[in-house]
Amino acid sequence: MTEPTYPNLQSPVCPLPLPAGAQILIGHGSGGGMTRDLIVNVFQKYLGNAILNAGNDSALLADELTRHAGSQMVVSTDGHVVSPLSFPGGDIGRLAVCGTVNDVAMLGAQPRYLTANFILEEGFSITELEQILASMADACREAEVEIIAADTKVTEKGKSDKLFISTTGIGWAPAGRSISGQNARPGDAVLVSGPLGNHGIAVLQARGNLGFQSEVRSDTAPLNHLVRELCDAVPDVHALRDPTRGGLATTLVEIARQSGVSILLDESEIPIDVPVRSACELLGLDPLYLANEGKVVVFVPEENAETALAAMRENKYGAQARRIGQVTGRSDGRLLLRTALGTTRVLDMLAGEMLPRIC
Amino acid sequence: MSMNTATGFRSAELTHQLAKKIQESTTQPWHIMEICGGQTHAILQYGLDQLLPPEITLIHGPGCPVCVTSLEAIEYALQISRQPDVIFTSFGDMLRVPSARASLFNTRAEGADIRVVYSPLDAVKLARNTPDKQVVFFAIGFETTAPSIAASILHAEQNKVRNFSILPANVLVPPAMHAILRNPDNRVQAFLAAGHVCAVMGYWEYEPIAASYRVPIVVTGFEPADLLQGILMAVRQLEAGRCEVENAYPRAVAREGNPTAQRLINQVFEPVDRQWRGIGLIPLSGLGLRQRYQVFNALNRFPLAQEATEEPGLCIAGQVLRGVALPSQCPAFGRECTPASPLGAPMVSSEGACAAYYRYKRVIA
Repeated sequence: MTEPTYPNLQSPVCPLPLPAGAQILIGHGSGGGMTRDLIVNVFQKYLGNAILNAGNDSALLADELTRHAGSQMVVSTDGHVVSPLSFPGGDIGRLAVCGTVNDVAMLGAQPRYLTANFILEEGFSITELEQILASMADACREAEVEIIAADTKVTEKGKSDKLFISTTGIGWAPAGRSISGQNARPGDAVLVSGPLGNHGIAVLQARGNLGFQSEVRSDTAPLNHLVRELCDAVPDVHALRDPTRGGLATTLVEIARQSGVSILLDESEIPIDVPVRSACELLGLDPLYLANEGKVVVFVPEENAETALAAMRENKYGAQARRIGQVTGRSDGRLLLRTALGTTRVLDMLAGEMLPRIC
Repeated sequence: MSMNTATGFRSAELTHQLAKKIQESTTQPWHIMEICGGQTHAILQYGLDQLLPPEITLIHGPGCPVCVTSLEAIEYALQISRQPDVIFTSFGDMLRVPSARASLFNTRAEGADIRVVYSPLDAVKLARNTPDKQVVFFAIGFETTAPSIAASILHAEQNKVRNFSILPANVLVPPAMHAILRNPDNRVQAFLAAGHVCAVMGYWEYEPIAASYRVPIVVTGFEPADLLQGILMAVRQLEAGRCEVENAYPRAVAREGNPTAQRLINQVFEPVDRQWRGIGLIPLSGLGLRQRYQVFNALNRFPLAQEATEEPGLCIAGQVLRGVALPSQCPAFGRECTPASPLGAPMVSSEGACAAYYRYKRVIA
């Protein structure tokens, strides 16, 4: 006995529109169904929380003010563009979280919430986007912050570069805390949380045009826990700043000018990893001007320097904290370096783009 | 090369020993020129001038590749980079150098495709990967960059990379030394020759200069102890009335230099007259492409207009490059002219004397 043959109806017999697939398309920025799919299936999958998933145009933080009554609110915003998007030790996602978390923390505040704005280029890989969002989520967990509002826009191909992320951070500092780049004072010790220049070299290396290999990894890290532990141990921290673009020298010149003081650094005390130093030697770059994304410079009264160093060294991101110099007096803002030879020279801000030497 | 700042050629102990010997050897004023801008920067970066006796004046030489690249060459570079379907490539330092009207950085911001490369061979690779574009490399520098530029020409020829060319602007050290020594304002009594140039070319070329102008020349390296050793040997010659070529950098330099690199240079290039920014025309001081390689000369590939070029009035770069004036003696220094908005090339380059003064000496001086 033979069974009659029926057409197999389990798969569609008329063509359906192709699923969105693996690339960002202009339609993902239309505000319609594709945008919604991208938000629900990709963004919320990694960054989702009760406030974000509510799907409103804005976030309502009902009892935030009551909970922090008497505290001082701190807000910071930062745009993140980096090429390539991933580099040894981090990616644009981790950078976008840590950059803003650290900026909020530099006033001695604990960040609680971030907002994030994603500019996507048409054609960008959704797989790569998911990797970056997973990395953002990891960094948020580590820093103990939540992304409570987000936005996505898509540009035509060639009008942006793969992915730009802007983040804004909101946090709270205890009442009366006054940490500021204007507060460095003569007699302060200058401390740094660890070796400098790793991020700058890691990104140059990831661009693939160094002409040699190195093992340098970016230091991208959230520093809010380290800052809290430091401020608990030493209540009268005067100034904090993360030496990002422009490096240690530029950051210290900024603070010297803001506070109207002179700073003297001791070259032989400035921690720089050997592979970073070697790369700088080969390229003719100065590690004092290379970017860092997980370091903080600390100004505290000299008598608290050892306590501060001990507190920082308890945290994994401050294990190699060092005292690198001191505030020597009032001035219009000058930074001096005592070299390993005992001579003295001026350090200025980075002028324009840092360029490798010719010969 | 020692990477440890506390030992070897950067050791404080060795450096101070040498400084003491220099003090003991010096009985009268001497003017010594370090030719190379890299040495100028090292001297100021480590504050070595603070360790020298007051009798010794260091004069900063013209050995900064972007500083001496003529305005005319920069104008050609700007014109070429604005042509359609051109990728203009250069060592990064050159991008910031202003001509009378613009820099390569401005021109890039206006939409020209200008890219920084670390080696001319990268530019050849770029040409192979973009066959529908003309890739031009700005061939600047002294004898140190010439071998790799020559190698890139040979590589392009062998691999038939026809969309690659160079804008030739290389210059040579010995003709510049002649020009300095013949200048009626000259104060230079001894030279520190640049160790890396000598690593390529050797120092046999300097022997006739030392003899005919009666000027000591010491081949010198770049670390603090190297530089003080070079200064010490120059002072001892001056004090003894000797005028020889001596080698204070034997770990990197032999009298003959690197014969392979010299062969590469001679195969592709020949000496030509060249304009030096701030100094003027120096006979047979540049490297031009030999006839056989003229097809790689970008000046022959593009329609270029010769434009009148003029230095900004305030800038005294020429006097600085000839060793006649110090950067800090320029009325514009640190005022109208800073690394952020340079009037002249020596304020731009990481090897320029004005930039070195601005970075390391501005407040102390």
